[in-house]
Amino acid sequence: MNYEIAKDPINVQSVIDKVVQREAGAITTFIGTVRELTKGKKTLYLIYEAYEPMAVKKLEQIGTEIQERWNGAEVAITHRVGKLDITDIAVVIAVSTPHRNDAYEANRYAIERIKEIVPIWKKEHWEDGEEWIGNQLETVSYPTGKPEEKDLNE
Amino acid sequence: MNKILFFAHLRDEAGHESVEIEAAGKTVAELKEIVAEKYGVQKLDTSMTAINEEFSSNDEVIKEGDTIAFIPPVSGG
Repeated sequence: MNYEIAKDPINVQSVIDKVVQREAGAITTFIGTVRELTKGKKTLYLIYEAYEPMAVKKLEQIGTEIQERWNGAEVAITHRVGKLDITDIAVVIAVSTPHRNDAYEANRYAIERIKEIVPIWKKEHWEDGEEWIGNQLETVSYPTGKPEEKDLNE
Repeated sequence: MNKILFFAHLRDEAGHESVEIEAAGKTVAELKEIVAEKYGVQKLDTSMTAINEEFSSNDEVIKEGDTIAFIPPVSGG
């Protein structure tokens, strides 16, 4: 299971272990964590929720897109749901490839795609209120296609 | 019958995680209007729709037994 939605804290090493391969010269790991301050506003904690079966499918789709684009890539992604405190790990992405540049690029691609097509939502809980994030058309969607180069570079 | 799923702020607005509606033969756009009216959901025009866990367009026609999910702009990561 290289693509998972987890309810418990994510073990980073276990995600990395899934992409270990003899052909790899590099493994990049992205760890997304819960930040305390967003535009000066103090977050107390977050709630993540997912449409779980579809989220897993969309994570798998991202893995397939990466393998089509970067030769020899192995991908593993785990995203956590539920209540997360400041500094907790929300997502871990591990990518291995024969050469390091591909591993960096493919990993970046994975996180950008998660923010476009994977049905996971974040509810911010601040000192003075709460709000589901992403409900003001902040995100662009690419339901079937891939983002253009310019979108990746934003 | 068709199962309709709500997530994030849409679920808060609808007051339900899911509802059962007879939607076969209707397009996604038509279903959005019905659901907005019946459950007081405001922002369906900015939501994507998934039929049986795959994104679909507003023109797609719903079949008997399809599960339809309204997907607000996502914010994972």
